[in-house]
Amino acid sequence: MANINIKLKVWRQKDSQSKGQFEAYEVKQISTESSFLEMMDVLNEQLINDGNQPISFDHDCREGICGMCGLYINGRAHGPDLDVTTCQLHMRKFKDNDSITIEPWRAGGFPVIKDLMVDRSAFDKILQAGGFISVNTGGVPDANAIPISKDDAEEAMDAASCIGCGACVATCKNSSAMLFVSAKVSQLALLPQGRIEASRRAKNMLSAMDDLGFGNCTNTGACEVECPKGISVAHIARLNREFLVANLKD
Amino acid sequence: MSGFFKSSVGQKFLMSITGLFLIVFLLVHFTANFFLFFGSDAFNTVSHFMETNPIIQIMQPILAIGFLVHIIYSIILTIQNLKARPQKYVKFEQGHSSTWASRNMFILGSLIGIFLIMHIMNFFWKMKVSGSDLYTEVNVDGVMMHNSYALVTGLFTDASFGLVYSIAYILGAIFLGLHLSHAFWSAFQTIGWSNQVWRKRLEWIGNAYAIIIGVGFSIIPLYFLIFK
Repeated sequence: MANINIKLKVWRQKDSQSKGQFEAYEVKQISTESSFLEMMDVLNEQLINDGNQPISFDHDCREGICGMCGLYINGRAHGPDLDVTTCQLHMRKFKDNDSITIEPWRAGGFPVIKDLMVDRSAFDKILQAGGFISVNTGGVPDANAIPISKDDAEEAMDAASCIGCGACVATCKNSSAMLFVSAKVSQLALLPQGRIEASRRAKNMLSAMDDLGFGNCTNTGACEVECPKGISVAHIARLNREFLVANLKD
Repeated sequence: MSGFFKSSVGQKFLMSITGLFLIVFLLVHFTANFFLFFGSDAFNTVSHFMETNPIIQIMQPILAIGFLVHIIYSIILTIQNLKARPQKYVKFEQGHSSTWASRNMFILGSLIGIFLIMHIMNFFWKMKVSGSDLYTEVNVDGVMMHNSYALVTGLFTDASFGLVYSIAYILGAIFLGLHLSHAFWSAFQTIGWSNQVWRKRLEWIGNAYAIIIGVGFSIIPLYFLIFK
């Protein structure tokens, strides 16, 4: 265990209408065992004690499963570690006297609310357009009552691990939401209960995505590298396939 | 289908289909060019076939449309993509998560576009419209045909501009190879013909294809520059 000193450049923005600018801060003797958000808490304590406004940032469960946190740290969504959210990033990933630049998710679809907090309700709107099953499918069915191949079940589960944090949009050079939409389409399309509405779902969710101002996917694959849950771009191919077939049926 | 071509995926579908069509065209183009290494009679015979074959004649305007759709939609999509992030990041690291070519497809495409204009002026324009002192009639095995070989080799061996043209053509081939290294897999991904298994295969085939086209088209000016 060691303590390090770090220099921070943090995006401060009063509200959604303000212009915003970077502010420089220093955090001294922070434990390398602490998480990135705990370091932010320490910094906020300092700011409050000095009579300044603390930095607003999104967070909730702090165990990497809720999808609430998300900071753009040194040019990368959720910082320099792979397969983790910002709350699971630890200060041991940084060296003494490192400079760290912290920005909010930047995308037209995710407007800044304050400082590092962004409005990700665009994702909710995409889900409301079709990310559900319309009928009540009842309680947990008996095992093997509905036969589902192991491969399909695994792939649906992998897609379902998307926590909707928005790192894919944040890291995409086009601010495309295709990885998110494809995960939500895949997790249902692969299972019999969700298969029935698959065509309608793909069309409605993609239409909502286009309307909300996200960019067009150019298949760079950066999203799947930065995704804290390692969602594969293979789901995007499935979404494209579902969308094409749905349009051919019309 | 009405809304399909207004959607992001529909517009990207057009990019993919025209891109795959251009990929097939490049293979035909490269095959024809390969005959340059077998001397003037061989290349002129192939050129004569290209000039007179009815299928090639029908494909010519379709090819032009393919190029235009690919270029127009690339501009539309790129403008939308630039607008999707009104405020840019100060720090934006992508080197570890995606290839340089995949991030710069529009820039590579634009450079290839500039090359294409020069390329058309060098050959297509001279063959079809303006003519050239080098583009005379020759007799190959009793058939009169244009001396395409003289026109092509003349460009690369020109006393004053041969070196400049050779370098321009080599650069064009390199840009094309880089563009294709991402294009091939990306086109299949967009039309939905990819998954976790096929992605690796398609990327491998795409890279092999990009190397064949990039290196193959580079060798032609190099060959004439060094050996002629």
